[in-house]
Amino acid sequence: MTRANAGAFAVLLVMALIVPLIPSDYMFDAILTPFLAVSLAALGLNLLAGYTGQVSLGSAAFMAVGAFSAYNFLIRVPGLPLLADFLLAGVIAAALGVVFGLPSLRLRGFYLAISTLAAQFFVQWALTTVDWFSDGDTSGVLTTPPLSIGGVTIDSPVRRYLLSLSVVAVLTLVAVRLVRSRAGHDFLAVRDNELAARILGVPVLRTKLFACAISSFYIGIAGALWAFLYLRTVEPAGFDLDRSFEILFVIIIGGLASIRGAFLGAAFIVVLPLLLSRAGGAIFGQTFDSGLVDIVEKIILGVLIIFFLRVEPAGLSALLARVPVPRLGFNKNFGSVS
Amino acid sequence: MSFRGLLLAGAVAFGLGTAVAQAQSAATPQAQYFPLQSYRVGPYAAGGTGFFGGFIDYMNLINMRDGGVNGVKLSWSECETQYIVEQGVECYERMKNHVPAPSAWNPLSVGIAYAMIPSITADKVPLITIDHGRTDSTDGAVFPYVFPLLMNPYSETSAIVNFIGSRVGGDDKLADKSIVVLYHGSPYGKETIPIYQLLAKKYGFKLQQIEVPDPGTEQEAQWLEIRRIRPDYVVLRGWGVMNPVALKTAQKTGFPADHIIGNVWSNSEEDAKPAGDAAKGYIALTTQATGTQYPVIQQIENTVYTAGKGDMADKSRIGSVYYNLGVVNGILNVEAVRIAQAQFGDHTLTGDQMRWGFEHLDLDPARVQQLGAAGLFHSIDVTCSDHEGHGLVTFQQWDGTQWHRISDWIAPDWALLRPIIEASADKYAAQNGITPRDCGKQVASNAP
Repeated sequence: MTRANAGAFAVLLVMALIVPLIPSDYMFDAILTPFLAVSLAALGLNLLAGYTGQVSLGSAAFMAVGAFSAYNFLIRVPGLPLLADFLLAGVIAAALGVVFGLPSLRLRGFYLAISTLAAQFFVQWALTTVDWFSDGDTSGVLTTPPLSIGGVTIDSPVRRYLLSLSVVAVLTLVAVRLVRSRAGHDFLAVRDNELAARILGVPVLRTKLFACAISSFYIGIAGALWAFLYLRTVEPAGFDLDRSFEILFVIIIGGLASIRGAFLGAAFIVVLPLLLSRAGGAIFGQTFDSGLVDIVEKIILGVLIIFFLRVEPAGLSALLARVPVPRLGFNKNFGSVS
Repeated sequence: MSFRGLLLAGAVAFGLGTAVAQAQSAATPQAQYFPLQSYRVGPYAAGGTGFFGGFIDYMNLINMRDGGVNGVKLSWSECETQYIVEQGVECYERMKNHVPAPSAWNPLSVGIAYAMIPSITADKVPLITIDHGRTDSTDGAVFPYVFPLLMNPYSETSAIVNFIGSRVGGDDKLADKSIVVLYHGSPYGKETIPIYQLLAKKYGFKLQQIEVPDPGTEQEAQWLEIRRIRPDYVVLRGWGVMNPVALKTAQKTGFPADHIIGNVWSNSEEDAKPAGDAAKGYIALTTQATGTQYPVIQQIENTVYTAGKGDMADKSRIGSVYYNLGVVNGILNVEAVRIAQAQFGDHTLTGDQMRWGFEHLDLDPARVQQLGAAGLFHSIDVTCSDHEGHGLVTFQQWDGTQWHRISDWIAPDWALLRPIIEASADKYAAQNGITPRDCGKQVASNAP
């Protein structure tokens, strides 16, 4: 086991064994579970955008596909185990990812980004328009059914958190292995120079479509986690373009082509605003209008984003790697083969 | 084992732990606490500031004029949601452990309300969705803690059709009429499609339902089609910017504004005013009248605003649609406290005791007059099985600067809608493994 892996493993141990002892529903339901879901989605997008260089603005659409697929499998297939349900949701998202990934064979850069908007708008339109997806529910906003795994009901904040953590941990491990494998090297080759990669014998078309599929698979499962373990409600409006941007910002701030960047970025985008808002509410809540406090928090967050990107344009992941703790720290290349 | 990894994880755990510890508020003696998931910034701020402003002003009035409810002061705190579901959920998590415990949740957002249903049911704290929300939560046997007070979307639909009936000279005259429903392309907009179909079948009017894709800034095609159909009435089931655009486009295509009937989310000053001249004559449904002439609003102005404790930054919005809805919402919440106190004693009540209060919330017109709200809203009578409470609605017309009431209080066709609501509630109960309560055997829980 390398030092880098040991570091990640230590974090996981703390998250799995010590954090659940903290007696606070708020921390699990409002901070950690959404943090894990967004991290996973960002990890998925990073495989596509960071490692393979294909920018996508359709992440929220694939989250929606994952959430609605998970919902429909769960209510229409009796006795389907929850984990199999999540897996199927990921597979459906992956299949759609390949379809919407086809333009990437012809388009590049900004043009590709614009074409992925099609996925964003089409999926939201289809989910609002076709009643079948929402089981004919009159309002179109669905409440998720009760969940259980092998007789254990997932009904408390800590259980929802631990289930999210397990899913995210396993998928992260798979992603780490993937980017260090032949396929991962193909991703980077395609990103850095498509023509050179082709000449070196990298199957460019297959690599791009595989990246689309695996990325959408991750994002789809993230969507299912978001809907089932965090919000516990499924509605198309929650997966709008803003969410796609949010996930893109997570990987830009966290660090492109870096596994831990997805987690650091998600912490910055999801957790930091909450801490700011808590602080703002505690200090100014009684004297100022809550709307005003909210706007000030947004300004502070914006300033912090500019500050961090100024100090380290390659993201928080690169920033962390620069912190001088000789010999004991994370391996500089943890989660990254570039 | 990596030193930095441990350090990082430890720092994260510590940071989160202290943030949580700070959140535990100090106990206040004998207070009834209302957590407010308000929205004062973002695209829906106009609705949020009006509604929560009216709600807060009314609670301030009770504290300043009466010293609280039977000596128990009302308290509240706000958490900004921007109408975004995740922020609403975060606010719920943040405020649910407040001491004293929350009395009732009033998010004024369908999305946030849906996300909270499983949690508030487990916590046993009522969730109030006045004038909106999940229609089938009207069935209190399946949804013991959810209250779509005054009016749910189905009742609204029925009341609009009854109103059009009264305009054309009786429901039997509807048979040779034609109605177009112009709805927002969202789950909210589509929710009443089957109910309009049902009513068209019942009364025999010709019905066409036309969708306007969100956000609705471009409606030429839809209004050209309306011009081709030549309906007698157009029902506007809009949201946000879609409403003024509809009125302006109607004027351009020559459809008269006084034959457009707006629903409850198309009925505010903010919907009519931006359309300017085109809105003159436009009619909309409401559950609470506008204006400041009601004694309760006068008292708020004289007591709360004179003392400089008013919540509205723009005083001219007192008496507007959203503001008055906030005041009515305040009245309903406070009266539920009063009714529950009569049962459980004059002290801080639990969420479940508040649920009992809401389920016995019976304000007849005489009581509404005592509260200084005669003419502001009609009456309400909530029971265990009916969480809507038979609210009546009225219609108002825009004269270019303000709304005027033009109809009596109108009752929706509850008997027709009830079986549909029960069928939907039963489906929800089956999917979620809920055994509906027996509302015949309702007993008060006396547990503190």
